[in-house]
Amino acid sequence: MQFRSVFDIIGPIMVGPSSSHTAGAARIGLVARQLFQEQPAFVQFHLYGSFAKTHQGHGTDEALLGGVLGFDTSDQRLRTAPDYAAEAGMKWEFIEENEVVLHPNTVKIVMTTGSKTMEVTGISVGGGKVEIKELNGFDLNLSGNHPALLIVHEDRYGVIAEAAAALAERQINIGHMQVSRKEQGKEALMVIEVDHNIDAETLQKIEAADHVLQVTKIHE
Amino acid sequence: MFKTVEELVQTAENENIQLSEVMIRQEMSVHDRTRDEVMSRMEENLNVMERAVNRGITETVKSVSGLTGGDGKKLHEYMMLHETLSGNLTLDAVSKAMATNEVNAAMGTICATPTAGAAGVVPGTLFAVKEKLHPDREAMIRYLFVSGAFGYVIANNAFISGAAGGCQAEVGSAAGMAAAAIVEMAGGTPRQSAHAMAMTLKNMLGLVCDPVAGLVEVPCVKRNAMGASNALTAADMALAGIESRIPADEVIDAMYRIGSSMPAALRETGDGGLAATPTGKKYKEEIFGTGVHS
Repeated sequence: MQFRSVFDIIGPIMVGPSSSHTAGAARIGLVARQLFQEQPAFVQFHLYGSFAKTHQGHGTDEALLGGVLGFDTSDQRLRTAPDYAAEAGMKWEFIEENEVVLHPNTVKIVMTTGSKTMEVTGISVGGGKVEIKELNGFDLNLSGNHPALLIVHEDRYGVIAEAAAALAERQINIGHMQVSRKEQGKEALMVIEVDHNIDAETLQKIEAADHVLQVTKIHE
Repeated sequence: MFKTVEELVQTAENENIQLSEVMIRQEMSVHDRTRDEVMSRMEENLNVMERAVNRGITETVKSVSGLTGGDGKKLHEYMMLHETLSGNLTLDAVSKAMATNEVNAAMGTICATPTAGAAGVVPGTLFAVKEKLHPDREAMIRYLFVSGAFGYVIANNAFISGAAGGCQAEVGSAAGMAAAAIVEMAGGTPRQSAHAMAMTLKNMLGLVCDPVAGLVEVPCVKRNAMGASNALTAADMALAGIESRIPADEVIDAMYRIGSSMPAALRETGDGGLAATPTGKKYKEEIFGTGVHS
C-alpha cells in the first residue's frame, strides 16, 4: 500500500497552493538536498507531465528551489525561494520536457558542485507524498518519510550482511530495504529505511566496511 | 491494517468502537507511537485548519494572480446579515471551505486534506458543524481521524490527486471523507458513515480537473464550496437511514476506473474543460502573457 499513515491524508501542514505541485515538489527538493549533502552550485530541474505544464502557476519552481535550499513544506520562505537561492550564490535552470513518463508529476534534479554531480528523479503522488525513483541511474523507492541509509558499494557478497549487522548491534530495526545494481559485480546501491535515527558511530562503522564506497544518511 | 471501507466498518462494529478509534489504534500500532503522540500531532493539523478558516472569513485575502480571494468572507457576512435560503449551517460550511481555499491560493499556510486543492471541505464542514453540535476538542480531533480513515482507503485503492484522477479524486474524496466524519460527530453508526461517504462520492463521480491557467483557484475554490454542501446533505441523508445502493468500496472502484479513463487534458494539465474556454484562456494570457510568475 502506497499510503501507510493517516498523516499522509490529513497533512502535511504546508504553504499553498498545491499539495502535489508545491508541497510534494518541496519534499523532493529537500530529499535531493539531503542526498547531495551540501548546497549545489548549479541545479537543473527537468519537469515532466503536469509538472511541465503547470509548474509556474503552482509555485513548483519556488518549492523545488526551496527544497534544495533545505526548506520544509510549511516554511514561509518557500514563496520567495529564488531570492534566497540567488543570495546563496546558487545557479539554477528549469527545463520543460515533452517526453511522456510513467507518472504525471515527475521531476529529475541534476545537482552539480565542481566535479561532483548527482541525478535524483522523484514523483509526487498526491497529498504531498513523494517517492524518489532513481538515484544516479539506480532504481529505488524512497519515501523520505523515515530515516534512511543509502549505501553505494561494490557488488560483492557479505556487504549487505555487514551493514545489517551493524544496525542490529545498535538494536535499530529495518523497516524497508532494497538493493539494486546496474551490472553484476560492479557498483550497487543499498537503501535501508529504519524506524529510528542512526548515530554517527554506526554510520562510521558501515562506512569503514570492505567494499563500501559511500554512505548517505537522510532523516525525517 | 484495514484496506477497504468494509473492513474499517466491520472492525468498528466487532469491537464496538468508533471509526476514529480504529484509525487511531492503527496509527499507534503501525508506527509505534503513543496515543498522546498521535492525538497531539493531529491537533497541530486542527490548529492550522482553524487559523486558516478564521483568516479567510475575516481578512480579504488575494491570490498572487488576483483570480480568487474574499468570496468566503463575502458569503460569511451575507449569512450573518440576511435570512438565507439554503440555511446557515450549510452556508457556514461553504463559506469556511471557500475561505480555506482562498488562503491556500494566496500561498498561506493550510493543512492538506487530502490535498491542498481540496483542503477546504473537511475544515469547512467541521467548523460549521461545531457551531451546532458543540463538540469538545477531542471530538474535533476525532473528526479528522474519521476523515483520514476514509481518505486512507480511497488513496490506497484509487487516487487523491487531480493529476492522477481528476477533481473527483480531490474534492470528491474530501467531500466523502467529510460526510463520514459529520455522521460520527452527530452520533451516527459506522455503517451510516460509510453510506454518507458513498452517497457523496457518487455525486462527484466524473468531475474533471480543469484549472484555469493551471492555478489552484478557478474553479477549485467554488468546487470546495460544492463539496462541503454535498457532504452535509449526504450526512443528513445517511442519518435519516437512507442507504447507498452501491457499497462504498464499489463507488471508490468506480471512481478509480473513471479517473483512469480520463484524458490528460482533464487531469490538472490546464489544457481542457474550463481552462480551454475563451475566458479561461484570456485569464491565462493576462496572468502569464506578461511574464509574471506566481
